[in-house]
Amino acid sequence: MDQAPALKQTPLHALHLSLGARMVPFAGYDMPVQFPLGVMKEHLHTRAAAGLFDVSHMGQVVVRAESGSYADAALALEKLVPVDILGLKTGRQRYGFFTAENGGILDDLMITNRGDHLLVVVNAACKDQDVAHMRTNLAGCGVTLLDDRALLALQGPQAETVLASLWAGASGMKFMDVHDAAILGVDCIVSRSGYSGEDGFEISVPAVKAEELAKALLAHPDCEAIGLGARDSLRLEAGLCLYGNDIDTTTSPIEAALDWAIQKVRRPGGERAGGYPGATRIEDDLAQGPIRRRVGLKPEGKAPVRAHAVLYAEGSPESPIGEVTSGTFGPTVEGPVAMGYVPAPFAEPGTRVFAEVRGKYLPLTVTTLPFITTTYKR
Amino acid sequence: MLKFTPEHEWLKLEGDVATVGITAHAAEQLGDLVFVELPEVGAELTKDGNAATVESVKAASDVYCPLDGEVTEVNQAIVDDPSIVNSDPQGAGWFFKLKLKNPSDADELLDEAAYKDLIG
Repeated sequence: MDQAPALKQTPLHALHLSLGARMVPFAGYDMPVQFPLGVMKEHLHTRAAAGLFDVSHMGQVVVRAESGSYADAALALEKLVPVDILGLKTGRQRYGFFTAENGGILDDLMITNRGDHLLVVVNAACKDQDVAHMRTNLAGCGVTLLDDRALLALQGPQAETVLASLWAGASGMKFMDVHDAAILGVDCIVSRSGYSGEDGFEISVPAVKAEELAKALLAHPDCEAIGLGARDSLRLEAGLCLYGNDIDTTTSPIEAALDWAIQKVRRPGGERAGGYPGATRIEDDLAQGPIRRRVGLKPEGKAPVRAHAVLYAEGSPESPIGEVTSGTFGPTVEGPVAMGYVPAPFAEPGTRVFAEVRGKYLPLTVTTLPFITTTYKR
Repeated sequence: MLKFTPEHEWLKLEGDVATVGITAHAAEQLGDLVFVELPEVGAELTKDGNAATVESVKAASDVYCPLDGEVTEVNQAIVDDPSIVNSDPQGAGWFFKLKLKNPSDADELLDEAAYKDLIG
């Protein structure tokens, strides 16, 4: 297997090759798109038992106030993210996004209160830009990219059983809890979260111990290695956004149907309303309703309708109304699934729209997300 | 007689009719197929023109027509169950039958040994 020399490798690269992974370039890393099991079986196995994903390409970043106070770090980050970070309890995690001055999204991220500092996890493709953004704008805070740690995601209904075979504390955690854990004699940080719609965990582990931990998890009969291909179909069935596809600098969080991530305290009338880039635009969208909205799209036929397919209203093949931003075949749904943006009047579930695919107009039904029933351990 | 193209199609030639499919190598590379779109019976196809579309979970791929000809039959079974292409690509997973315009054009295609060399 030839490797492009410019691609970076995660601490699990050698393990992927030894497991027979098919490798592809992704966000500057040489990553496994699938293992010999194949995307379809990897997807179904994750929903039936447990799947192990290498997400070490993502950026793990510590934000620590020079004062040593969590509140100071939280208030600093609230200037970049329209989320209640001050109110986050120790050992709890929350979803958020860096906003742009125009109200668009620079990246989405997970934010954890680690007691006296913040741990944030950002997308691989954006991590250098995110670190620079935080270093420039987080006054009085140190920003450290943890490039000596790997990140493993263990997802699926048997994830708790698999992790508990190495660390008993797994069973006591709830969705979005974050705990310190000594696993195989090494200090890890475990969150009960993920990107599949299933219950599961993400485990931050020192790079030197990553392969040993991955092998120990894979030794469990319920656990299989899963590639980026199934990661994408799993997250799409779960209705979760992929930065760069479903959200970017041209989409406001309200258009993207991420209103739920902006807590009351950061909205107009709240104690710490506004004060982040693009607040005016986002508050306008909240007050008036956005002109377009991200929705689930269920193709009525068997053909997958993929990203960038243009959407049309019924009977109006001359004027586009929107675009599909993610689309694939959903192995659990046993049919094609997609999401995309439509004008607000078309966002009502049950509305029929058409997508142009290879010169044909295929019907899709606007639907609520997710496409599956999520099994988060609340 | 069995022939192959560099685009990973196979042709089984019987008189002036060729049965066309994708090779085991192509099926393996594409992964689990979830959708197949075939040409219409009666369609006049040209060499290297788009003949069919196959989709895996990850992506859509075109299947090209290996020679000029008219589609005389299509394999509805792989439309109903695309996994047949993965399980038996060079048998039950055939795509369509083509009545060749110039049967002698098939001589220019790859034989099995040459195709095997190509895919290494």
